[in-house]
Parts: sequence; structure tokens; C-alpha cells
Amino acid sequence: MSTLTAPISIDVSRVHARPGLGRLVAVELRKMVDTRAGFWLQVATVVLTVVAVTVSAFVGDAADHTFAAMLDAGVKPAAVLLPVAGILLVTSEWSQRTGMITFALVPMRSRVLGAKLVASLILSMAMLAMAVSVVAAGALIASHGVDGTWIDAAPLIGQTAVYLGGGMLTGVAFGAVLLASAPAIVTLFALPIAWTGIATLSVFADAAPWLDTRLSLGPMPQEVMDATQWAHAGTSLVIWMLLPLLLGTWRITRREIAG
Amino acid sequence: MIETQALTKQLGGRTVVSDVSFRCEPGTITGFLGPNGAGKTTTMRMLVGLSEPDAGEARILGGRYRDLPNPGRRVGVLLDASAQHAGRRGREALAVSAHTMGVPGRRVDELLELVGLDEAAARRRVGQYSLGMRQRLGFAHALLGDPEVLILDEPANGLDPEGMRWMRGLLRTFADRGGTVLLSSHLLAEVEAVADRMMIIGGGRIRAQGTRDELLTGSGTIVEADDLAALDAALHRAGLELHPADGERRLVEAEPDVVARAAMTGGVVLRRLAPADGAGLERLFFELTTTDPTHPELAGAPA
Repeated sequence: MSTLTAPISIDVSRVHARPGLGRLVAVELRKMVDTRAGFWLQVATVVLTVVAVTVSAFVGDAADHTFAAMLDAGVKPAAVLLPVAGILLVTSEWSQRTGMITFALVPMRSRVLGAKLVASLILSMAMLAMAVSVVAAGALIASHGVDGTWIDAAPLIGQTAVYLGGGMLTGVAFGAVLLASAPAIVTLFALPIAWTGIATLSVFADAAPWLDTRLSLGPMPQEVMDATQWAHAGTSLVIWMLLPLLLGTWRITRREIAG
Repeated sequence: MIETQALTKQLGGRTVVSDVSFRCEPGTITGFLGPNGAGKTTTMRMLVGLSEPDAGEARILGGRYRDLPNPGRRVGVLLDASAQHAGRRGREALAVSAHTMGVPGRRVDELLELVGLDEAAARRRVGQYSLGMRQRLGFAHALLGDPEVLILDEPANGLDPEGMRWMRGLLRTFADRGGTVLLSSHLLAEVEAVADRMMIIGGGRIRAQGTRDELLTGSGTIVEADDLAALDAALHRAGLELHPADGERRLVEAEPDVVARAAMTGGVVLRRLAPADGAGLERLFFELTTTDPTHPELAGAPA
């Protein structure tokens, strides 16, 4: 602290370029893994995926161990934990108050949110690759030589990409609306359960498949979906992902960033 | 260069900052003084675009802060040293910001060394830092982009006397090289020792601003005598305003020569006669900031 030979030089002539979106995305990816909570959340996702696939590889006959049969179990950990990572990516700016730094460095807040969305998609695709690899390894070992081990693998991987990406962006959206970790996490997991309860009432029976994400998105890693199922999935993603995202963007760009 | 024009902000139905105008020139250190809750932090948040003013405008380096393409490279900001992710390591906290503003990684190590956070401290998570360590990390963060302007909210908070002296030296060097510094404090002594100019804010309004000398002019004379009753009588006869001060003293609202003449006329022997100086500024600070008849609820409210 005694050093007064400060490396301070003032050169007013410098021209500083605006940080590009690529750099902001890299920073947001970094922020998801460089904290204690973020790091262990990602480690937990990988470990739980391996555990889930190992367990399903030992239960039942070889015929139950096709890629398609194990994919649902194999992506469950990522499907549950990615939205949590998405929530924390936004809410930690408020709960940990780093928003005062983030938004002072990048005053256009919509660019920060855009970077968080792109970073979230990149992380979900990385986790998809991880889960698919683990499931494929499991299928290779547990279902060796069984006919149809790889049936429907390609379309299911594609649907799972939408499932995981949509789930994580929904997490970001809930985080952006509530700007507090605990309420966002509770809401994200409790709301669909509460909704399923309401949807059992006969009045909502027709609407349920369109609105209940467990019914509309659930089949994605399980079966190749038909056009009606895609319409259900698209509708519920608009309601549970897109609308909160718009509301959250509106809130973040206007809100005071206070300590 | 920092410039504000009639900045006004309402929060939760009350006016937190009202008609605040000031100017900080390159090469100077401006002290922003006021009790907690006076509006210092809100004003500083408006300077850097974290809070949108209801009226008025703030300009930094000739334009709006949010129009600076890469603000971290031109304006160093320390608004709250505790506003760091508790689960992130000290070095990583700096590295994330360096990454954002495109500053090479070695600058992080230079600054950790400059602020006296050693390797062990840099590896610890910020949640385990003492307030003084956070403040040092905050300083390193503000200087990371090699800025021309520094905006520091209560930077001396949590620093020991040695750290405070170090900070003053750092700010002086920064200003002498042409930098602009705005620092706030609720303690007069912290600002007085380093600032070229001072602004005193209370109840959301600027109550006084000027150079240190300007603010001290006319702030009075400290006088001490063996016979206090005779002194009081002599000063009253001369029509001078006086206030009891620490010990057997009087603070008189007049220049020393006027007080001396009044004492001589009254035949009072003086033991001490001196310009009130710091004591006067302290009284000024105290009076300007604690009594606000129009908004009594603002005085002393938490930040």
C-alpha cells in the first residue's frame, strides 16, 4: 500500500471501442462458472447426469436401454439445474449487487441481457452435448447389439436442444421478472405444479395441453412429436418464456440500480 | 470533467436530490460532503447512469455517461465496495471487469499490488474480505481501466489511518496528472485534508460549495480569556455574535482584528486569539446539514 509509483497515466487522445457482443457473452459465460455457487452447480449437473444414466442402464432389460429410453432420465438433471443457473445469472446482479459494476461498465442494459441470453443458450447446448454423450455411452454399453438402440436419436436430440434451451431461457426470464433468487426459483418450480392442480379442473381440460409446460414440453426428450404437440409446445413457450422475458427486459432497462 | 445541471430525483415519493448543480474540473479533487441520507449516493448514481434523473442532466467528459462507448476506460467508479459477488475470488472480480472493458490481464496484477492485496488475499473469496480489503479491491477496480475521471463514494470508509494517507497520496497524484476526482464522505476531516474544492449537501440540496478558503472566510474567531464574563460583556458591547466553544472559549462571528479591538476597549486580557479555521468549517458543515426546516425528515435519514 506504500507504493506511490501508481501506474496511472492519462491519455485523453485514446479512442475506446464499445465492448462487442462476443466479449460480453464470454464475460457472462465466465460469470456462470467463476463463483462458488456457479461452479458447483455445473459440476452437480454433470455428476447427476452420470448417476442418472448409470442407474437407468442397470434397471430393466437390454431392450430398455436404447438411446431413446435413457435420454429422458439423462437430461433430467440439466433440465432442472440449467433454469436455476439462468435465474442466478440475472438475479445475482441484484442479490450480490454486482449490477452496480456490470451496468456501470455497460450502460446499455439491454446489451447485457442479450449477452446473458446468448451465454445461456451456449451453456445449454454444452450441457446437451454432455448429456447426449453420457446417454450414448450408456446405450452403447447397456444396450449393445440390441435392434433399434439408436432409433429416433437425431430428432430426439433436436427436440432436447429446444427443451433445454427453452428451459434455461425461461429461468433467465423468471429471474429478470423477479430480480431475486429465492422467489424466482420457488416460482419457477412451484408455478407449474400449482398450474397442474388447477388444470385438472374440467373447465381447463381443453386448455391444459396448451398451457401446462409439463404436458407440452415434457414429451420433447421422450418421443418424436407431431404437429399438434409442437403447437402446444410453442404456445406454452410463448406464455412461460417469451412474455416473462419481455416483462423482465422492460423491468431491467428501467429499474434503478441501487446498492 | 464532471458537470451537473439542476439534477433532481424523487424516490418513494420524496425528493432525495433537488436542483443539484456543480462542476468538477480536471486536475482537481472535489469533496462531496454531507450526512448519510443527504443525497450523495443518489447523485453519484445519476452521474453514471445507474439512476435516471427526474429533471436536470449530468455530463461527464463532455457528454452523457451512457454515451461513452467503453465507460470503464474513461471513468473509474467506486460506489459501494461491498457490491461484489461474495463467492468470487478477489482477483477474478477484477478480471471479470478487465475482460469486459478489454484491459489486459496483467493490469489486474499491477493493481492488486498497488492497493496492497497480496497473492493470498487475491485468491480469497470476496465474502471473506474485511471492509478495508473490500475498499482496496474497490480502488483497484476503479483504477483498472486507467481512467481520466474518478467517482468514489465514501472511499475512506473502513481504511485505517495509514490506508487513508495512502489514498490521499494516490488521489493527489491522479489529480496532479490532470485527472478529475469526485469523492464523497460524511466526515469533514476525511475530505478537508485532500480536497481542493468542497460541496456540502444536506436534505438533497447543495448548501455551500467553493474552495476550502472560500468556505472558511467569515467563519469566525476562537478567543480565550481568563475572565470570560468580562470578555462576553465586551463582545456584547461591540455588538458581536458569539457562541460557547470547547473549554473556556468563545467562537465569535468576526475577524480576529475586530475581536482584539473589542477586547481592548473592554480592558479584557486575551490568552488566545485565532481564526476558527477547521472548527468553523465543522460548525458550518454541522449547521448546513442538520437543520432543514422544510424537510426535517431528510436530515440524518439512513442512506
